This record gives sequence, structure tokens and C-alpha cells, in this order.
Amino acid sequence: MSDETLIAARGLSLRFGAIPALVDVDIDLWPGEMLAIVGESGSGKTSLLNVLSGRLAPDAGAVWYRDPSGQLHDVHTMPAPALRTLHRSDWGFVHQDPRQNLRMNVSAGGNVGERLMARGARHYGDIRGQAIDWLEQVEIDADRIDDLPRTFSGGMLQRLQIARTLVTHPRLVFMDEPTGGLDVSVQARLLDLIRGLVTRLGIAVVLVTHDIAVARLLAHRIAVMQRGRVVETGLTDQVLDDPQHPYTQLLVSSVLNA
Amino acid sequence: MKGYNFAYLDEQTKRMIRRSLLKAVAIPGHQVPFGSREMPLPYGWGTGGIQVTASVLGAGDVLKVIDQGADDTTNAVSIRRFFARTAGVRTTTVTTEATVIQTRHRIPETQLRENQIIVYQVPQPEPLYRLEPSRVETRRMHALSDYGLMHVKLYEDIARYGQISISYDYPVLVNHRYLMSPSPIPAFDNPKMHMMPALQLFGAGREKRIYAIPPWTEVRSLDFEDHPFRAINAPYPCGLCGATDSYLDEVITDDRGGRIFVCSDTDHCSERQAAGHVGADGWQDAAQ
Repeated sequence: MSDETLIAARGLSLRFGAIPALVDVDIDLWPGEMLAIVGESGSGKTSLLNVLSGRLAPDAGAVWYRDPSGQLHDVHTMPAPALRTLHRSDWGFVHQDPRQNLRMNVSAGGNVGERLMARGARHYGDIRGQAIDWLEQVEIDADRIDDLPRTFSGGMLQRLQIARTLVTHPRLVFMDEPTGGLDVSVQARLLDLIRGLVTRLGIAVVLVTHDIAVARLLAHRIAVMQRGRVVETGLTDQVLDDPQHPYTQLLVSSVLNA
Repeated sequence: MKGYNFAYLDEQTKRMIRRSLLKAVAIPGHQVPFGSREMPLPYGWGTGGIQVTASVLGAGDVLKVIDQGADDTTNAVSIRRFFARTAGVRTTTVTTEATVIQTRHRIPETQLRENQIIVYQVPQPEPLYRLEPSRVETRRMHALSDYGLMHVKLYEDIARYGQISISYDYPVLVNHRYLMSPSPIPAFDNPKMHMMPALQLFGAGREKRIYAIPPWTEVRSLDFEDHPFRAINAPYPCGLCGATDSYLDEVITDDRGGRIFVCSDTDHCSERQAAGHVGADGWQDAAQ
């Protein structure tokens, strides 16, 4: 792992009226690392994800992203076209509900190819070839390339969303509860798939989840949030096996067999 | 007060439209909003085009109006008569004589010149509207030139039909920057917009948008490297003048399956006939 962070946030604060969503949050992420952000509902996990990815501006603090040439960019002051370019090539976003990300009236192949075409791919054969390749990587039958996503099951939709996101080989992917709303066996298969792909491609991931088991399975490091603050952070096993903060102790003890 | 209210619109309105036109010419392909006025014809009949024409028309201009390529259909005749009456300008059906050409659905077959202006009537100026329902979002896409979605539509066409199935209103990229709807002209006419010597103005009355292509501007039809843009036309010569390079209309001649293909550009066809060109069905006409 290199010494240089991929993304670094300092002193992030955000309030929604009287509610503090983020209070003086510092986050560091190194290339190829998986960081899980856990906490109960309303603890500011998703707000943190939105601020890190530049979709939501913080009241105070800054997010720095290091591009492949080693240059640092302030995510919240960079020009909108540059941020959008980042979002459609170097970065990816996986939503809990794949319908938010997918185009439901466009075939699976078109969905996977969209990011390629947005980046300037103009060769139909190549785009289709890559779409087939990625469908196979996420274990969707290549015959279904021309089917509409609405004919897909929930687990398949989530896998299609992952293929669509990873097709441009992003360096950083934000995931918001990627396994939420799926049944246990489908969840296990999806986690396996995410772990395999992310490890093989060396993608850095910020993963938001309320499920400690998911965090333990996927993440290298973990950050525990409570009422907008990061109350404890460290290596996943360390934090989960020997929690220091009372809230983390409560969180870990409240999960069966975590 | 001589000259006041020349060409139907009041002078303030024309100034407003001209300001939008100047901005549109300065940013080729970019949709500029304007305060569209009520016109004495329904939306969809060319309220945008007629306002643009009224704003650029001068006393010395010669006006030609085309509807689906023809000079003699209701819309063309009415608009031509409207300006003959409200502006007193000379009108013509001959493409080479005209200085201002208002058109719906076609570009004349005759190559236009530098001292001509062509005004298109546009029903829907937003090329992305079938793909992205939010105008806020489409404006953002234009601002960031984020046009991957349009290519997704072309991809879907090829995946489903084996070819790009858009036969009219085929999206173009103007000056390497803005995605633009060329108005519902057939894809056959798209190549004519590329590096055209004449000024091209587009008016959408109901949608209150004006856009333009300055002379000698690059206009590229979107396509894929391995599925290049093709101009589609009926594979016949014109039945009246024998032309093989002009856009054809299919005309049903009887109720027993009889049909002929004739030039959609009536001026082009009659000029060729006057020059002695005769098509396969032209002889029959003469015999009858």
C-alpha cells in the first residue's frame, strides 16, 4: 500500500437545520483499500458518502482526491465538468436500490455500455464485447444482454449495477448498502462477487452499511459513526473483536454471531 | 411611421428575437430562449419559424416557403401569402432566387449560397427529450457535453434492429460541441447541413427556443465507427424527372397498389423537367 492517500477528508461538518449530520469528521482512504462506515440509521453514514463523493457540499471542511498523476483536487471546489468526468470514469457509485442507477427502459448491454460511451467509446462491436465480458464477470448469462432490466430479479439487478459501474475500471467506488433488501443467500453470493472483483481489480471502496457482518467480510478498515461523529476507527478485526468506545461495544454486542 | 410593424411583428419583438438570434449564431447549436409571441396560426404549424423569418426579413428580400419539400401545400402557400401581405416582399418558388427560405421537413436539393438564410420550423428543439424527461437535467447534460445517453439510444437501435432506425430528426453534433435536433428533416438531408454556405436558423415557437448554425460550420451526424451514418432514401429514380440523387416521396396513385416515387423537392423536380429530363412515369403523364 502506498503512503499517499487516494481520498482524504478533514474537518467535515454538515447540519440539516438543528440536526448535526456530520461533526468534524476526518477520513482517509488509501488505494485498493476497503473502508466500511457503520452505524445506526440517522448516524450520518449516507451524508458522509454524499459529501465524500462531491454530491453534497459540507458546511465546513474539505475533501481531497489524488488523481492518477498524483495531483490533489479539492472535490468541492473543482469545476462541475471535471467532477462529472470523475464520476463517469475514475469513480463509481453503487446504490442500495439498483433502479436509481440503472435505466430500466434500456437493455442490459446498453446499461453496461453507457459509461463507456459517455467516456467516448464509439465502436459498437467493442462496446458490446465489453458488455458481454462484464455480464459474465458478474455471473449474468450473456444471452440476456438485450433483455430489459425489469425482467431481472433483485440480485441480478444489483449485479448489473455493479457491472455498469466497474466497466470503466474506476479507482474508487462508493457503495451505499449494496446488499440491502436482498435475501440472505443472494446477499452472500453478491458479497463474494464484490470481494472477488474489488480484490482482483484493486479498487478502493467506501462502503456504507448497517450490517456488521458485511463490514467484517469485506472491509479492511472500519469507521463507526454515531450522531454525525466518527467515534472509533481502526482495522476491522481490531474494532469488532476489541471495541473501545461504549457505542461500538453496544453495536457489536447487539449483533448475533458477528 | 413608415416601416413600423413591417412583417407583422412589432419592432421591439423583432429586436428581442434578433438578440436571441445573435446569441444563437455565436454559440452554434446551443438553444437560446426567447419570448415567443402569439401568431395567427396554431402551434405546430410553424410559429417559431414564422417569427424568425419576420425578424430577419428586409424589404429587399425574396422569400421562399417549403412544406415537406413542396411549394404548393397549404402551409407553404399560407405563410408565403402572409409575408407577401404583411411585408410586401417578393416571393418565389425558385430556390436560387430566394434570399430567405423558410422550411418545414426538408432542405432544398439545390446547394444553398452564402447570401441565403434558411429558417427551419422546429416542433421539439431538445434532442434528448425522449431519453431524459427533466429539462433541468438535459440542460446540465448540454452544459457538461455529457452525451453518452444519445449514444445509448443508437446502441439500443443497433442491438434491437441491426441498424440505427432513426429516419428523421437524426441527432447531430454541431461544431464538435452541442448536440442538436435538426428539426424533422429526413436523415437524408443531414449531410447538407455540414459546411453549408448559408446561415441556418431554427425557431421553436411553442417551446420558445431559437438555435442556429453559422455558415461553414461542421455538423456531424452521430454514429458508431462500425455502424457509420447512412442517408436512407427509396431505391428508385424520380418518376417525373428521373433524378436519382434527390429525396423521394411515395405517392399512391390508385386503389390497386399503384404508386410512383417522385421528388419531394417540387422546385428541383420542375426545373429538371423544364431542362428536358423525363422519368418513367413522366411519359404516361404526357400521354394522358
